[in-house]
Amino acid sequence: MEMKASFRISAGDFSLQAKMDIADRRNGILGASGCGKSMTLKALAGILTPDEGRIELGDRILFDSRAGINVPARERGIGYLFQNYALFPNMNTEQNIGAGLRGGKREIREKVEAIMERLRLTELSGHFPSQMSGGQQQRVALARILVRKPEVILLDEPFSALDAYMQDAMQQELMEILSEYDGITVMVSHDRDILYRFSEKLFVMGQGCFLRTGTVKEIFAEPVYKEAAILTGCKNIGRAVRRDDHTIDVVSWGITLHTSYILPSQFSYIGYRAHDFVPVYGGRRENCIRLAKYEKAELPFEVNYYVAPEREEWKREEMLSWFVQREDWPLLREKGVPDYLQFQEDKILILREGL
Amino acid sequence: MRQLIEAARTLDWRPLWISLKTGVLATAVCFVLGILAAWRVMYCRGKHRSVLDAVLTLPMVLPPTVAGFFLLLFFSRRRPLGIFLFDHFGIKIVQSQAGCVIAASVIAFPLMYRSARAAFEQVDINLLYAGRTLGMTDSEIFFKVILPCARPGITSGTVLAFARAIGEYGATSMLAGNIPGKTATISQRIAMVIQDQDYITAGVWVAVMLVIALIVLAAIGHISLRSDAGRGEQLWK
Repeated sequence: MEMKASFRISAGDFSLQAKMDIADRRNGILGASGCGKSMTLKALAGILTPDEGRIELGDRILFDSRAGINVPARERGIGYLFQNYALFPNMNTEQNIGAGLRGGKREIREKVEAIMERLRLTELSGHFPSQMSGGQQQRVALARILVRKPEVILLDEPFSALDAYMQDAMQQELMEILSEYDGITVMVSHDRDILYRFSEKLFVMGQGCFLRTGTVKEIFAEPVYKEAAILTGCKNIGRAVRRDDHTIDVVSWGITLHTSYILPSQFSYIGYRAHDFVPVYGGRRENCIRLAKYEKAELPFEVNYYVAPEREEWKREEMLSWFVQREDWPLLREKGVPDYLQFQEDKILILREGL
Repeated sequence: MRQLIEAARTLDWRPLWISLKTGVLATAVCFVLGILAAWRVMYCRGKHRSVLDAVLTLPMVLPPTVAGFFLLLFFSRRRPLGIFLFDHFGIKIVQSQAGCVIAASVIAFPLMYRSARAAFEQVDINLLYAGRTLGMTDSEIFFKVILPCARPGITSGTVLAFARAIGEYGATSMLAGNIPGKTATISQRIAMVIQDQDYITAGVWVAVMLVIALIVLAAIGHISLRSDAGRGEQLWK
């Protein structure tokens, strides 16, 4: 099944334009905080009503402003995992899971018990939300959604309320739980690692708009937009001017790069990931930046260098990041800090400014 | 002291029953209307909300006699509403026990309304949204989730409204008058016996009011103690 959504929604000064073809199985929405990710999910779930547009799920129309259709949230068959889980604090686990179920008492009880068994919640059936850890609360919230067998599950920043250690464990757990679920899932996050791991299809959002859609690998390899590159974790973004088909002047860094491939006709930035630099000793080669002025940062499991641009005057925030790859550590230990850093031409990201 | 006990023995106790009856009925009216109004205003957005809020809070900031004056204007049997009520239902508001209840309800209403609203505002809006995505109707969500979550605030609002209603003087005296055995509440009785220089009887009634006030204070203390104990439950947010 597929879900198609195209709508405009506004709240105060903020306005959001969404256009998404949500694929079967696992989707991710990557965006900075405040870009309208949660708003998008809430509109899909029917919690917020778009100003105009259309939302379809399979052959059902959930919302159509022109036809005056707006299926209420409780009839959409869409589960929503809230950032704070939104468990009912006055109900225990069993009551929370059964809260929205219809039917005979016995029928409800059987359904609730089955799902508690599946998510290992049976021991917690009498606990109230305040008596459970964040991870346990999340499992209850998931059980409460899954027990209704929804066609779609929306996950709103599911790990942001957990500490770093719990995040890892819960990610693994969530993957496991959802692997048995064969409907559509859409996860919203600002964390590229979580979405890289989770999604098959990825949407990248700018401020109130959708910048880019594709498979995760596609988007990380070719973010196309400067904003998308930053969201995928690209540390070095430089203002660039196209000199000819094979030459880029990177104004911000005071260097010129050559490519064997033909450059696209329009772009205004280039991006380069901090771990893609190749250390060079001795004479200058093509596509290099001199490592004259730098700062070193040693972290428990990585070594980072911050390299000054080859310009007369530059600001601190314009320094380039180089995250030394593990296989280069022995080289650096033996020969010291390299003289140059080389850009690999196939790793250069050619970027446009977003909307 | 002996004089006080003697006076208490021969006292006409009717004002106590009138006050209690008025207090209980007015509290019941405030409870239902206050909660409904608070929930309604929560749903309102923009200008309407502040206008509605101001109107509903007005009786709290107006002098009770001014509120009583307006009530008298409304319900006077020389005015449309008063004529209508009397001609069709035979209901007399002015100088009747119904007048006591209405006056006390109007004056006590803002306390209930504001406490309920504050309590509802504390409840996470996501609970409402979650309920909807889980297939619950809005009234189910209200009674099963929102109301239980707002219970401490609503209970203390109810107690405050009762305390205010049972001691009401200004608006009651304007609307219901001070008819012994019919509309003379404890507060009105105290004012009247003081005018007659009967400090002994006044003293007995003051003692009764003090006892009621102590009970109310104890109730509020009990509630806030319980909601403090429950504060740990708020940490889930």
